[in-house]
Amino acid sequence: MPMRYETPSTTREAAALLENEAGAAFVLAGGTDLLVRMKLGHIEPALLVDIKHIPAMSSITHSAKGTRIGAAVSGAELGEHKAVAKAWPGVVEATNLIGSDQVQSRCTMVGNLCNASPAADSVPAMIAAGAKAVVVSRLGRRTVPVEKIVTGPGQTSLNKGEVIEAIVLPARPSRSGDAYLRFIPRTEMDIAVVSAGVNLTLERGRVKTARVVLGAVAPTAVVVPAAARAIIGSRLDEGALEKLAAACSAACNPIDDKRGTVEYRTKVAGVLAKRAAKIAFQRAGGA
Amino acid sequence: MAAHLVSTTINGDAVEFACPADESLLSALRNRLGLSGAKEGCGTGDCGACSVTLDGRLVCSCLVLGVEANGRKITTIEGMAENGVLHPLQENFIEYAALQCGICTPGFLIAAKVLLERNPNPTETEIRYALAGNLCRCTGYDKIVRAVQASARELRQIEKRKGRKKKGKKS
Ligand SMILES: Cc1cc2nc3c(=O)[nH]c(=O)nc-3n(C[C@H](O)[C@H](O)[C@H](O)COP(=O)(O)OP(=O)(O)OC[C@H]3O[C@@H](n4cnc5c(N)ncnc54)[C@H](O)[C@@H]3O)c2cc1C
Ligand code: FES
Ligand code: FES
Repeated sequence: MPMRYETPSTTREAAALLENEAGAAFVLAGGTDLLVRMKLGHIEPALLVDIKHIPAMSSITHSAKGTRIGAAVSGAELGEHKAVAKAWPGVVEATNLIGSDQVQSRCTMVGNLCNASPAADSVPAMIAAGAKAVVVSRLGRRTVPVEKIVTGPGQTSLNKGEVIEAIVLPARPSRSGDAYLRFIPRTEMDIAVVSAGVNLTLERGRVKTARVVLGAVAPTAVVVPAAARAIIGSRLDEGALEKLAAACSAACNPIDDKRGTVEYRTKVAGVLAKRAAKIAFQRAGGA
Repeated sequence: MAAHLVSTTINGDAVEFACPADESLLSALRNRLGLSGAKEGCGTGDCGACSVTLDGRLVCSCLVLGVEANGRKITTIEGMAENGVLHPLQENFIEYAALQCGICTPGFLIAAKVLLERNPNPTETEIRYALAGNLCRCTGYDKIVRAVQASARELRQIEKRKGRKKKGKKS
């Protein structure tokens, strides 16, 4: 059977196409994971639903109430949006770390999320930011915290006939900052061995709220509430940072391979989280 | 219905072709349209030898479907020389010996052209990052970086001269 290719113009139509296909059906966003998997023979789709002709998925809206990034927006387009890059530097830099310029022209945050790799770069930053996914099906829509989407390597909680229309970031209080760092053996074009995203808001020079998330150290990205608690109320002094690092290391459950041993990944997770926290603190205007 | 009809613009010319939905743009360019400048080094987005632009953005044509080109504008290495005159980047790749086997060259040229259109005066680090999606197993990259730097200087001078001419005309 030859593969079908459809270009719906609404999200509902996309969802209906996916639901009605009896065979293997996939959303095609930037294709930088999907087309590789097809090429390698890992999947043989009966249907691809290209979402890049859906206006609701192709735009970014940014206001005092929050930010909505369409699921078909590429990493390059996100990086060119000055206001979003200013409000959410951590989310944008994490997304812009994905691949080469060639990959940036095509890749999307939602594709990065739904591919469900434990090392996906934009995911820890999105979760730290408190991002939500707008999930649409033929019957309606629901809004789901990003950390609820991935359930394991290559696995998501989306049902058949559900597509993500957009990522929504909350309103940004003043004195807020976020940052994302990854460790890779090369300087470009590599998969994270460990990564950390930190998002925080200050009040009178002290951390008022914080979220700390690790990538590539467990089957899914890990939210570390104990690491957040370690810095809340502090001016990010060395003692608080040490506690944050210890909490991060304790939350790791990494794989062991030639790119990084368990011990190494566990240690580096704490180091990266500390550095990301310092950058986020500075961006929030902390001294 | 096995084949899709695709209407696209390649290097400024309207082009139509038919291809199955799962065929890559790279394979459509090479095998249906006779545009064999873009090369297949890996087929999985890692090497950049298949680089082309799609609506002005640099992409790996091995990770684009032929059907996705419908209604869009593509440029390939075949469109880089104008009326038989090589682009300064092409001249400088020869001048600086920035190629040996040449398999990676079309991809590097397209990527470098996109870079210089966005950033006419890149630092060496910026050049190396912008070309990180292109692999070369012959040159060791240094000569490629020198050729891009020389082209950037040359293109800036050409732009300056154009600017002066315009000003001259106005007064
Ligand atoms: C050379 C190269 C380098 C790379 N480097 C990195 C890197 O440094 N860091 C990193 O994290 N990743 C990297 N990747 C992986 C990939 O580029 C990213 O995961 C990218 O974000 C995927 O996005 P996409 O839009 O291309 O997804 P696609 O390939 O289009 O889709 C990926 C999966 O998500 C599903 N999907 C997409 N959109 C939706 C939607 N709206 N609703 C429901 N399901 C959806 C698809 O059906 C598919 O299963 C690299 C890939 C390549 C080829
Ligand atoms: S052939 Fe496309 S990136 Fe290698
Ligand atoms: S010249 Fe041979 S790969 Fe670059």
